[in-house]
Amino acid sequence: MSGFRAKFPSGSVALSAYRDQHFKGSRTEQEKALLTSSTLYVGNLSYYTTEEQIHELFGKCGDIKRIVMGLDKVKKTPCGFCFVEYPYELTPLEEGEYAMRYVNGTRLDDRIIRTDWDHGFKEGRQYGRGKSGGQVRDEYRTDYDEGRGGYGKIIATKITQSRDPM
Amino acid sequence: MSRRRRDSSDEEDVGHSARKRRRGSENIDIEERLESLITRVGEKSTSSLESNLEGLASVLEADLANYKTKIMRILCSCVVKLPEKMAVYTTLVGLLNAKNYNCGGEFVEMLIRNLKESLKTGEYDNAKLIVRFLADCVNCHVIVAGSLLSMFDNFIEVTLEDNIPQVRSDWYVYAVMSALPWVAKELHEKKEAEFNKLLSTIDNYISKRQKIHVPALRVWTSDFPHPQEEYLDCLWAQIKNLRANKWSEKQIVRPYLAFDGVLCEALQHTLPQIIPPSHNEETTYPLPRVVFRMFDYTDVPEGPVLPGSHSIERYLIEEQIDRILRTNFAERKDCAAALLSFPSKNKIPLNYMIVEVMFSQLFLLPVPPYLEIFYGSLLIELCKLQPGSMPQVLAQATEMLYERIDTMNVTCIERFSNWFAYHLSNFQFRWSWDDWSTCCQMDPELPKPKFVKEVLLKAMRLSYHQRMVETVPESFEALIPEKPHSEFKYEKEGAGSMPGTMVAHQLISAIKSKCTPEEAMVLLKDLPNPLSEEESDPTYHPLRIDVFVSVLLHLGNKSFSHSFAAIAKFHHILKLLADTEEGQIWLLRTMFEVWSSHQQMMVVLVDKLLKTQIVEPSAVANWLFSSEMQPEFTKFYVWEIMHATIRKMSKQVDKLQQDVEDAKDKLDAAKRKQADGLMDDEDEEIPTDDIIERMEERLEAAQNQQKRLFLIIFQRFIMILTDHLAKCEGNSIDYNTPWYKWVIERLQQIFLLHHELVFRYISTLESLLFTSDIDFHILEIFQQFCALRS
Repeated sequence: MSGFRAKFPSGSVALSAYRDQHFKGSRTEQEKALLTSSTLYVGNLSYYTTEEQIHELFGKCGDIKRIVMGLDKVKKTPCGFCFVEYPYELTPLEEGEYAMRYVNGTRLDDRIIRTDWDHGFKEGRQYGRGKSGGQVRDEYRTDYDEGRGGYGKIIATKITQSRDPM
Repeated sequence: MSRRRRDSSDEEDVGHSARKRRRGSENIDIEERLESLITRVGEKSTSSLESNLEGLASVLEADLANYKTKIMRILCSCVVKLPEKMAVYTTLVGLLNAKNYNCGGEFVEMLIRNLKESLKTGEYDNAKLIVRFLADCVNCHVIVAGSLLSMFDNFIEVTLEDNIPQVRSDWYVYAVMSALPWVAKELHEKKEAEFNKLLSTIDNYISKRQKIHVPALRVWTSDFPHPQEEYLDCLWAQIKNLRANKWSEKQIVRPYLAFDGVLCEALQHTLPQIIPPSHNEETTYPLPRVVFRMFDYTDVPEGPVLPGSHSIERYLIEEQIDRILRTNFAERKDCAAALLSFPSKNKIPLNYMIVEVMFSQLFLLPVPPYLEIFYGSLLIELCKLQPGSMPQVLAQATEMLYERIDTMNVTCIERFSNWFAYHLSNFQFRWSWDDWSTCCQMDPELPKPKFVKEVLLKAMRLSYHQRMVETVPESFEALIPEKPHSEFKYEKEGAGSMPGTMVAHQLISAIKSKCTPEEAMVLLKDLPNPLSEEESDPTYHPLRIDVFVSVLLHLGNKSFSHSFAAIAKFHHILKLLADTEEGQIWLLRTMFEVWSSHQQMMVVLVDKLLKTQIVEPSAVANWLFSSEMQPEFTKFYVWEIMHATIRKMSKQVDKLQQDVEDAKDKLDAAKRKQADGLMDDEDEEIPTDDIIERMEERLEAAQNQQKRLFLIIFQRFIMILTDHLAKCEGNSIDYNTPWYKWVIERLQQIFLLHHELVFRYISTLESLLFTSDIDFHILEIFQQFCALRS
């Protein structure tokens, strides 16, 4: 088995539309990395979800090689995403597929989490890319999410300003 | 764990590669269109199935001249890839045969070739589907009834063979039996005498089969309220009932009846003789099964009645549901949709039957067909789609399983607790806990309280301790898990008088100041070895291990990653300290002292220690069986560790095997290239014979290690069980204590979960360990296991 999932993975294991803008290489290279990936990006986690909880859930799909928690760049605390790496050894890329089929869209810590293929963890990718240090989506969102620090950063700043106009 | 990947991408690959070949070639277009037409017939349509079939048959007839082989191939692949539409395709073949006799003949020939191939290569599921298809072809006037009967006779003749494993004759009888609901009526009408003879041969076989294996495969040891029947016994009872009902049943869809006028004019074909391939040592046949039943008609409160356990309808519906699961396991949403659009869903209590079939797969012994989480996530999906009915059926099922848990096999209790905790974690852990509060006053080793405790432990892993405290009523206090935390003896009261405390604190400062491993080692040097008082040359240094490992694990206690990083940084020291099995066991003991309240942490730590080869599998096994671990022995996490250890060993052997084979292939390829004079300077490294020999030595060493691991485990089991049985006999107490139930079933579990591996060592086990002087209670576990394949 060559270590590619199907040339055109479909259904639950399809590639999403997301491509990492910071990827060093061409679009084609990124796609190739995604097609041979045994790393998953996991999103919409609560800030309080621990590595242990993630290990328990994703461990149901196979042995986990490593979990890298996504961190706020400034605070260095979890900011709601992580990478789950499965081993890339004998069995051709099955564990990640199982997670895409059976974990994506189910709940962890009462939240529906999302999994997606990732081109591979590299040092630095564990940090949020939002201006305030967390994820970009938490900069702009307008809803109140208790598990993700309340309001989005921009809205939150506006609220604080409107309370204490200086 | 069977990990079958769905090959649905085959169809796409065919499409895509076909597209790639296309250079404006009309032929490819037509072939694609034919494939699409054929594979889509029978799907939801504005026209009736009959008119669609008529239309398609005409189209195909016209294309037979140029595309006959392609059409035949597509139809043959539909037999095994789209079995839920079998009747659609048998009818189609019937119509084609009526239009073109040769076409019908060629199709049958091709299908028979596929059948023979499947039997040779051990694809028994496909073979069963082909046999059924052929049977239904009799109904479509494609095949002469008598010649099908001859094929059945040839299959049944396998029961007369000598020196074959029972599973071989079982399968051939099963293949015939599972086709009878479709074609029995025809066979009875056309060939009554011969058919009766066949049936009485089957009857005879069924009554004479040995059933030693059955206890090993039962989910419950009790037959109350529902008997757990051996699968052939159950199916035979269902067929006998069908016979008593003059071979009429209400479940099977028969679209060919609408075309009777056309089809009865067709000429039928005679099957060529089909001799089952002879048995050889390498052939493995499907394992026997016990039919899982948890519901009967009294459990369904209202609506359509649940078909009886010995009605053929029960079998047929379960087969269909099972088929839907097998076809759609890769896409849980499609699977849920397909299940809920079951063809005759208004006539049956569909939710109950879905739940029963799903649990039958989840609890299947030895192993479920698919990952446990598939069933969990599919049930969640079904609850989403049927929020007004499915959750209630599931709750009822959970209650029933809990009520009957006393006689449930430990492997199934484990799967049940895993599933339940996972399911609750998707529904905020809401449950009618109060209904179960009586279990809190029971002996905690009894199944009910143990189940609840393990559920809470698993639920805690998916959430956190405080959540469990808030979720369950106060009456459950005794069953709530301990709050996970690390125990560090060198900071506790009384630490001052311990021999290692000073060094422990020095180590902490040093490590926090980012010392090197060498600097850390220096601090340990002067610690005295307590073993030196008794031995002149102790094989390990318990105090050094105790101090170093306690400190390291305590410093890394914030998360798994922290612990892993600590182990990685000081890997070399750990290896030095634990370079003998006794040292490794002491290391594990120390780990237990620190983390006994955090079972999940211990599981991942042992995994890491094995992976980094700081400890060996045999050390883990010996540690788990040690007297210090006896109080933990019936807790589920111990077996999580045990089985993970066995699996890790297997993975290692598999990898080394793969490496050897790859190296040999590379060498062969290079030799061939050399012979052809095509050697390239750029060719990648070719392994030398020397390298391969060393690889084979490593492989052999690993295989020996693996064998030793199993021998250790089985030997220790025999020791503790024999001990228990002897003590009970000596004190005249009943041996069947709660502890005994857990332990004897864990022994069974080792056999079952790793049956493929263990089978290789059967003769060693028989001659060395499971000898005739072993207590019968232990020996019969071994005998049941052997009976699985004999």
